Amino acid sequence: MTASSGEVLTAAPLTDSELVAIRSDFPLLSRRALTGQPLVYLDSAATSQRPRIVQDAMRDFTDNHNGAVHRGAHALAEEATDAFEQARAAVAQFVGAGAGEMVFTSGTTAGINLLTTSWAAASRGAGSGAARRFAVLPGDRIVVTQAEHHANLVPWQQLAAATGAELAWVRVDREGRLRLEDLEDVVTARTRVVAFTHASNVSGAVTDVAAMVAAAKEAGALTVLDAAQTAPHRALDLAALDVDFAVFSAHKMLGPTGIGALYGRADLLEAMPPGPTGGSMVEIVTMSEATFQPPPSRFEAGTQAVTQTVGWAAAIDYLTHLGMDRLAAHEAALTARLLDNVGEISGVRILGPAHPSNRLGAVAVEVDGVHPHDVGQFLDAQGIAVRVGHHCAQPIHRALGVNASTRASVAVYNTTAEVDRFAEALDQVRAYFGAAL
Amino acid sequence: MNPLDSLYRDLIMDHARHPQGKGLQDPFDGESFQVNPTCGDQVRLRVDLDNTGEQPKLAQVSWDGQGCSISQASVSMMKDLVEGEDLDQVAHLEEIFGRLMHSRGQGIDPDEAALLGDAEALEGTSRYPMRVKCALLGWMALKDAVAKAQAGDNSPAGAPEGI
Repeated sequence: MTASSGEVLTAAPLTDSELVAIRSDFPLLSRRALTGQPLVYLDSAATSQRPRIVQDAMRDFTDNHNGAVHRGAHALAEEATDAFEQARAAVAQFVGAGAGEMVFTSGTTAGINLLTTSWAAASRGAGSGAARRFAVLPGDRIVVTQAEHHANLVPWQQLAAATGAELAWVRVDREGRLRLEDLEDVVTARTRVVAFTHASNVSGAVTDVAAMVAAAKEAGALTVLDAAQTAPHRALDLAALDVDFAVFSAHKMLGPTGIGALYGRADLLEAMPPGPTGGSMVEIVTMSEATFQPPPSRFEAGTQAVTQTVGWAAAIDYLTHLGMDRLAAHEAALTARLLDNVGEISGVRILGPAHPSNRLGAVAVEVDGVHPHDVGQFLDAQGIAVRVGHHCAQPIHRALGVNASTRASVAVYNTTAEVDRFAEALDQVRAYFGAAL
Repeated sequence: MNPLDSLYRDLIMDHARHPQGKGLQDPFDGESFQVNPTCGDQVRLRVDLDNTGEQPKLAQVSWDGQGCSISQASVSMMKDLVEGEDLDQVAHLEEIFGRLMHSRGQGIDPDEAALLGDAEALEGTSRYPMRVKCALLGWMALKDAVAKAQAGDNSPAGAPEGI
């Protein structure tokens, strides 16, 4: 299968016994809801649960190998440095990048902020002559989309405000898919960057990356891909997708919180001035100035979340052994069933494509006459965990005509029975709140 | 009563379906606009003071907004409770309601709780920390609007463009 449009699923979905084995790897999935019922966890688009080996790897690192990375000459420092750099290599390999192109961050949000901070500095003249390609000047344009998570919107708003650039965006259609026909008008010759999500965390719609990249390239603009939602669900090949930068987080892909990565094409990272500055990212420091290390260290100021990188590498190892193609096949089957079930409930509108093609298993709904908080509370009372609210994506909600929604999202460990339980409970919500009269 | 039914008591659902004081009124002495950041729920609330007596009184509370049944019921109950009261008593009720909401399901002294009228029924909300914000949204707007009214600021409360 491919990560962009025209996906073809060839792998077999997971068998029941494989799924049982997978679920047993996740200790949390065996806990009960507060009501005593089996817990149904359908909030993986917010944060995923973790297989035991993630915690095991972090404990082993803590108990046996913890030391200061890239400092000191003792054995522990070397072992810790090895673990850290092996984790970087594992993350890079998982998304089709070189290890030198992978900058550790505290998460997706920090990755975008690293870019906007660096580029704001470049806009003020920081860095070498090569850094001018990141300068954003008054009258330049920054392009985003209406489908963005606030993490890939607010930092760009701030950069636009700081530089005098204008912010423009590709709108979404009624299904929450990007209106690619907007590209022609929106991506002008003055466009410096096109930052867009690989998949909406609300509509689940997967972006046609090739079309976005082509439009950006024609304008000479840089591309930034928010892959936070796709990295857990699709085999990613960032080099093949031909984006300049990409960001994603461990905690949505079976790993720990507090760690993520910024991918940048090698030549671009080489030319970029630092974002945050401080220890670990410098070469020579005098009382009045400093020179900076090559990437990726240049962008990793201060002590890194080393233990979490080790946990993330374990999660990636888990996903790799599972096979992203089989994971995707399983999730596609769950998504199709979820959409079918939910689509049959009267008074419930799916905020996104009703068909599973080019779509992730994040299914947000509007329940006619019942507020999402109340829907979520009702489901929680039945042991079902979903996300309610605007999911850090207010503009797409507004574009779809609602303030907030209720979102169920599947991951590799979910079962058909869980998806069915969600739909059955959702079917009772309107009656409970007297909205189905 | 199961936990869900004790959260969504009939009295609460009645207020949510037939909210009191909904619809902004003129003139007003103070206006506040509040948002619940987790869900984007909004309330715009106006107060009109009566300064003719010894103590300033809350002559009228009107509001508009959208939100979950807890937030809508809470504003509605609050309006019934505080309208006509002097501002010292309004502050007193606000303090009691705040303590009830932060009681984590433990409740407060029954005599004090009884002063809250219908709003006492929201006690079940205190067991759900994520929902306490919903119940307090209107009260935050009230506090802000009263403070503005007392400061002589009757300008419209701001909301970003495009909302």
